[in-house]
Amino acid sequence: MSQAAMVELIDVTRSFAGPQEVQALKGVNLRVEHGDYLSIVGPSGSGKSTMLNILGLLDRPSVGEYHLGGFRTGSLSEDERAAVRASTVGFVFQSLHLLPHRPVLDNVMLPMLYSGIPRAEREARAREALDRVRLGHRVDFLPGLLSGGERQRVAVARAVVSGPRLLLADEPTGNLDSVTSSHVMELFEELHADGLTLIVITHDREVAERAPRTIRIADGRLSEVA
Amino acid sequence: MRILPGMRNRFLRRPKGKNTAKDGTKNDGVAGGNPLVPVIRRADRYSTQDLIVEASYGIGARPARLVMTTLGTVLGIVSLVVTIGFAQTAASQIAKQFDAVSATQVVISPGTTQTQNGEAPTAQLPWDSPERVERLVGVVRAGLIAEVPSSGFTISAVPINDPSAPATISPPLIAGSAGLLEAVRGSIVTGRFFDEGHDRRGDRVAVLGVRGAERLGINRVDRQPSIFIDGLAYAVVGIIDEVQRIPDLLDAVIIPTGAARSDFALAAASEVQLQIDVGAGPLVARQAPVALDPNAPENFSVQAPSQASDLRENVQADVNIVFLVLGVIALLAGGLGIANVTMLSVMERVGEIGLRRALGATRKQIAAQFMVESIVIGLLGGLIGSALGVVAVVVVSLIQQWTPVLNPFFAIGAALLGAVVGLVAGWYPASKASRIEPISALRGT
Repeated sequence: MSQAAMVELIDVTRSFAGPQEVQALKGVNLRVEHGDYLSIVGPSGSGKSTMLNILGLLDRPSVGEYHLGGFRTGSLSEDERAAVRASTVGFVFQSLHLLPHRPVLDNVMLPMLYSGIPRAEREARAREALDRVRLGHRVDFLPGLLSGGERQRVAVARAVVSGPRLLLADEPTGNLDSVTSSHVMELFEELHADGLTLIVITHDREVAERAPRTIRIADGRLSEVA
Repeated sequence: MRILPGMRNRFLRRPKGKNTAKDGTKNDGVAGGNPLVPVIRRADRYSTQDLIVEASYGIGARPARLVMTTLGTVLGIVSLVVTIGFAQTAASQIAKQFDAVSATQVVISPGTTQTQNGEAPTAQLPWDSPERVERLVGVVRAGLIAEVPSSGFTISAVPINDPSAPATISPPLIAGSAGLLEAVRGSIVTGRFFDEGHDRRGDRVAVLGVRGAERLGINRVDRQPSIFIDGLAYAVVGIIDEVQRIPDLLDAVIIPTGAARSDFALAAASEVQLQIDVGAGPLVARQAPVALDPNAPENFSVQAPSQASDLRENVQADVNIVFLVLGVIALLAGGLGIANVTMLSVMERVGEIGLRRALGATRKQIAAQFMVESIVIGLLGGLIGSALGVVAVVVVSLIQQWTPVLNPFFAIGAALLGAVVGLVAGWYPASKASRIEPISALRGT
């Protein structure tokens, strides 16, 4: 066996109980190496978000195993999963979830509360991350005063500030015009060049094609595109 | 391209931790599950300070709502502090008066027993009773008092017996010993009270109560007026104008017991009035009957105050319970207010809770954040309420010219009580918040 993959799904099925049981993922196998940049495309309801939730340790597979960084995650307790999320995974959510009453700097510092970054470094790292997404001049603004693209960049800065090994982005350009979304994709390419493992979920073909590897998901099953 | 700080390290370094999973299984011969979990230095963990900072942002985010939320607790605590403050102040006023009069008064009278002819005394007070009891510790002054039966004769200021004049009602005739005036806390308006010498010799002197003097037409004693009791001339030596314990004495004519015994065959005194030191009641009550008759102390009945503080506490307890109940009801309303608003805040911030959980917050940390928010709101209400309550008690007391009395520990305790209300009120919303699943919270909006 070669070196452990960053992400490995082994026969993962996720079903939701209800009047009629729904299988959002059906026996999915996926291997993503360290430093890969992967996009997952598929229509809504195809199981994209369920997969992202499992990859981000927000949800557990009903059947099958998920290995992160070479380690199995099935036996982790709820608190351990939270700790792994804090240290290893960065999220860019579709609806961003910025705290509206806190300035941009506070929003970016938020993950470091839980990830154990030394207290003294936190503000400097947050400022650096904001400089990195070219928002150094907006640190004291409330998110409501920023443009859509700027807010998206704040969300990216927040996702990477703790130094995660895996970045998960759910429709990162969903609410942006093509120019702005192109800027965000450039940012992702920079992060990829830095060695970060990226998995981007999108229904936008253009966005998907910028990733070196694209996976299609339909009806809970994966198929490799490129 | 520059690397974000710390990022490279994390890529290259495998996180520290135990090498086996909980279930002891190994994975691909690489390591167990737990090595994923980072070990964080204690100093860099989510601390109480972080908790308070995060909670205070939650509280400060909506100042208008904070005011409304706090209001319930403020009202509850204010009413609690004010009611108890007034209860303590009022009780202190009442107790002051009790202290001044009742708490220093002891009355000893012969015991009575039921006979065929009605009640009959079981003992006789010795004529030297005052001297006997004044030797006791705690007794300030003692005086005998006896009503002289005066139905068969008149008391008047003139010696003329005019059969055509309408019958007048004579003032009551009282016999007393020299210490009586002080024992009943009376004061002389003019002249003097008779002394032990008058009493011993049976001198015919009299002291008039101010209303009795009015009826007899006497208002000054410097010209040595006389009154005639059953035709016997008594020199009026003084007029008393105030008696705290037996106000009836103001209507009476008071003569020494010596004179009453010789002129009117007074058989026995009816009671001994004692003025005692505050707090000496139980002691005097125990010792005085023995001093009066060592052989049969049980034959005397003693009315003495219980411990002075008992009295005050009884009064306070009665008043406090009523007001306490009112305050607690108000406080319950305040607590419900906090619970409601915290619950609302949890519902509104589902997204934030999901975000924090996704970023690595544990259930406990989420619960703690909302608990602290609720406790701080409660404490804030408690502090404001307690302060306003104290101010209200002081202001009203000043207006009423009372002495404001409020146990300072109570004021501090009331503020802390606000925090306790917050704690209880926040319990349910906080546990609700901690159970929110990040997936459902992050979906939508």
